[in-house]
Amino acid sequence: MTAALEVRHVAKRFGALTALRDITLHVDPGEVLGLIGDNGAGKSTLIKILCGFHRPDEGQILVNGDEVTLRSVDHARSLGIDAVYQDLALVNELSVYHNMFLNRELVRWPLLNNRKMRRRAEEHLRDMGVDLPDVTVEVAKLSGGQRQAIAVARSVYSDARVLLLDEPLAAMGAKEGTMILDLIRDLKQRGEVSVIIIAHNYAQVLDVCDRVNLLQQGRITFDKKAADTSLEELTDLVVAEYRRRR
Amino acid sequence: MSETAAPARGLPVVGRALLDGFVRRREASVLLVALGLMFYFRAASDVFLSRDNLVNIAQATAPTAIVAVGIVLLLVSGEIDLSVGIVAAFAPFLLHFAIDYYSVPVLPAFVLALALSAFIGLVNGFIVTQLRVPSFVVTLGTFFAVQGLLLMTSHAYPVPIPEPAKGRFQTWLGAGPWASITWAVLIVTVFHVILTRTRWGLHTISVGGNPVGATEAGIRASRIKIGNFMITSALGGLAGIMEAARINTIDPNIGGGTTLTFAAISAAVIGGTALAGGSGTIVGALLGALVLAELQNGFNLIGYSANTIFLILGLAILVSMIANQYLSRLRRAGRS
Repeated sequence: MTAALEVRHVAKRFGALTALRDITLHVDPGEVLGLIGDNGAGKSTLIKILCGFHRPDEGQILVNGDEVTLRSVDHARSLGIDAVYQDLALVNELSVYHNMFLNRELVRWPLLNNRKMRRRAEEHLRDMGVDLPDVTVEVAKLSGGQRQAIAVARSVYSDARVLLLDEPLAAMGAKEGTMILDLIRDLKQRGEVSVIIIAHNYAQVLDVCDRVNLLQQGRITFDKKAADTSLEELTDLVVAEYRRRR
Repeated sequence: MSETAAPARGLPVVGRALLDGFVRRREASVLLVALGLMFYFRAASDVFLSRDNLVNIAQATAPTAIVAVGIVLLLVSGEIDLSVGIVAAFAPFLLHFAIDYYSVPVLPAFVLALALSAFIGLVNGFIVTQLRVPSFVVTLGTFFAVQGLLLMTSHAYPVPIPEPAKGRFQTWLGAGPWASITWAVLIVTVFHVILTRTRWGLHTISVGGNPVGATEAGIRASRIKIGNFMITSALGGLAGIMEAARINTIDPNIGGGTTLTFAAISAAVIGGTALAGGSGTIVGALLGALVLAELQNGFNLIGYSANTIFLILGLAILVSMIANQYLSRLRRAGRS
């Protein structure tokens, strides 16, 4: 089977800092890949390369088996790759529905089609189970969890084929976290979307992912099916590295 | 929200809702200030609301408002332009050079002058976005550079309006009593719609509100900013040519320079545009320009000397800003 997204020997340096040394990974169509690793291991950098925000210094990226050079975020999006960033990339001054359609606005030239965007945003959030009385409020007025839900909703409903989620559960309460995990499970069941998800909660990772990769010091050091590994093994791996370094 | 307002005595619910809606609008406070000044000066001087004086106020409001439109776009996208006033002084000379030295017909010459003005904005935007120099410094530099160009090419002497530009062109552009304010209102309307109802406006707000996030969402921040610099310079050029048409001479020392820039920035800020980027209102800037014009004109009528007016103007700007801050805090409290 051709991977939906494949990365071969990708390296990225920022001046003297080497963020990624040699990354090789793949995610199959309909698969959910969990990416774990320490803070500073390079997870976010990898995500930003895959969504076209950064350019890699070395290596190849293949989408559906074809090698591509991601020129920009727009370009990656046109290939069906979309990301939820750790910083969420929401604009506080704009309303919920404008944020949900940011840079993908529905337009009835030359004006924005606000009514349609508002209706769609309401539908999407209701489908997701997000409880938000009014999509016209500024994002600045929302809680951390609500903001994150909106950032996730934005990507999920963008017709992406590959979704990159950088810590989508970080600011969430138990209820909202479950909501996002349910959403990922739904996506998995439909089998149309591949997901790469970064998370720190290994129990959640094992719960929702098909496969787990561990990223340590700019390399993938571990690649197993979620069914073949356990919470203990993952924890040991990460802690062992920490012990070794001490 | 409005449910809590319902039991209030006296005011009917509808009136209360209308009042709420009004106070929540960003332009509300400055509109109140503008109306307040109008009543005050009308009470202080009978001629304040006479036709002739209204023309004066309109003609003082228009150039400031037009330039302020650009300033608002830039402030919202997180930048500023200090050079726009000198571009306004330079543009009528460009018109004069094109017509009198290169025999270009009036309308193409007009378009050419605006295009060259926009080019100065392009240079500003390019240095800011590609070479990453703060816009305050960049436009300070272009201010002096353009001033140099202006004084070198004009030899610091005024020239008359070119012969072919006289007549209908001059009247329609600025010499007619209501010409300039009509253009100003038209431009304000168009750009208000652009800022609030189009992708360009939404992206302008995004770029100023969350520069990193906007870029992550795939918005090309540089393109938005360069575009807004070009719009500002072109509007500056237009305001300059209109002023020249109105005063019937092309003078390197009046109709532009720092005065116009500072008035436009004041108008934008009085109108309710934040310097921090991400929010602003173009209609507010028009009202801000009106407030400035009223102050200058009104105190003049009352009989203060031109020197005192600067002091009063400065204090008035501070007072209206403080009032604006206070009202916008009320507005924010009312909304949540």
